[in-house]
Amino acid sequence: MEIPVMVGAGLVVIGVGMGIGRIGGSAMEAIARQPEAYGKIQTAMLIAAALIEGIGFAALFAVG
Amino acid sequence: MGIAAKRLHLHRILDEMKNAQLGLYSRAIAVALSLLFTTPSLFANNSKETDSSTTDGISKKEEIKAYIRHHLEDAYDFSLFSYTSEDGTHHYIGAPLPIILWDEGLQIFSSSKFHHGETVAKVDGKYYALYHNKIYRTDAEGTIVYDADHHPTNVKPLDFSITKGVMSMLIICLLMFFLFRSLAKSYAENGGLPAGVGRFFEPIVLYVRDDIARPNIGEKHYQKYMSFLLTVFFFIWFLNMFGLTPLGINVTGNIAVTSGLALLTFLITNLTGTKDYWLHIFDPLGSSMPWIAKIFLYIILIPIEVLGIFIKPFSLLIRLYANMQAGHIVLMSLIGLMFIFKSWIGSSLSFGLAFAISLIEVLVALLQAYIFTMLSALYFGFASEEHEH
Repeated sequence: MEIPVMVGAGLVVIGVGMGIGRIGGSAMEAIARQPEAYGKIQTAMLIAAALIEGIGFAALFAVG
Repeated sequence: MGIAAKRLHLHRILDEMKNAQLGLYSRAIAVALSLLFTTPSLFANNSKETDSSTTDGISKKEEIKAYIRHHLEDAYDFSLFSYTSEDGTHHYIGAPLPIILWDEGLQIFSSSKFHHGETVAKVDGKYYALYHNKIYRTDAEGTIVYDADHHPTNVKPLDFSITKGVMSMLIICLLMFFLFRSLAKSYAENGGLPAGVGRFFEPIVLYVRDDIARPNIGEKHYQKYMSFLLTVFFFIWFLNMFGLTPLGINVTGNIAVTSGLALLTFLITNLTGTKDYWLHIFDPLGSSMPWIAKIFLYIILIPIEVLGIFIKPFSLLIRLYANMQAGHIVLMSLIGLMFIFKSWIGSSLSFGLAFAISLIEVLVALLQAYIFTMLSALYFGFASEEHEH
């Protein structure tokens, strides 16, 4: 019972990491393309990252 | 000396300097390598030591775990640190806090009666004991009766105590009240110009207004939410920063506190919701489809939208709680490394890492306050949306 839950949570965290990584990477590219929109891109990036992060925490709570 | 000779001389000096530098680098690399190769042996020595006294190692780990758990939990007294004197008695440095219970009548007494959970408190002929940081009613010996699942079956009185967390929240409330009142006064006196700490806080307040509230809620309605957004932003930020001080409080890492904050966002969102907000939830497709077709879609759509109302504040509370809790656990565990490694490498490693993580935590403290405010503003924006039909 315990091990499948842990593996599942690990998989979720991998997915969350990939998701936040993609957001960060895309934001970097967008800032490089349009440095004047830095503030707006950063805000949008933080919101998206925070929403995905919530899923990661939900997975961690399933374990602990 | 001719110019050519001078240049040659210069070259020679430069070469010598380079060589000296290279020598320095090679020496540094040699030191680093020797460190790298000696550290495993250090660790090996340590593991041998702990192997020979495994019980000591395990008890140390348990002790650190208990210490971290104790730090994360709320407490009935404000203890800064404790030590054991030579005659074996524990000494606590700190202050007791009032305990307020409702147990067939109001009971108010000082938490010093518990002696940090070591004794039973006797108040008005009733006995109370601390068990796992909860107050239970017991008898004079402090017996706790357990059921089959090892849960205590003793009577648990309603607890309204001013605990460490409540105390810190009250302090922050007072601080914020006087800080922002004096700011408002200084603005009135200076004719709208910031003075003193106002120079620091004005950009932050303006940021919350112009970059959080306005774009997310809209020019028309943002003003009525500003008071809540500013309050919640500074409240969370100050509490987070307060938690990083050696006072050892962990208020925003307490799920009850974040639940309360998220509940406020939930209530404000739904109580100020416009007709369009509720229409969006219960009739998202509007007149774009005949009603017969909509029925089948709505069997799925409406439950999802209704669930969304509750999931939004729930994610808010989990995010803040988990982030702050995780930060505190990481910091405390890094400090605990010092006691597990028991060598110079453990202390220096633990100090360096804890310092770096503390700096990150300062950033996280601001970021989490920002995210909470930002998402609250976003939800208020949904609630106050108005379409032109």
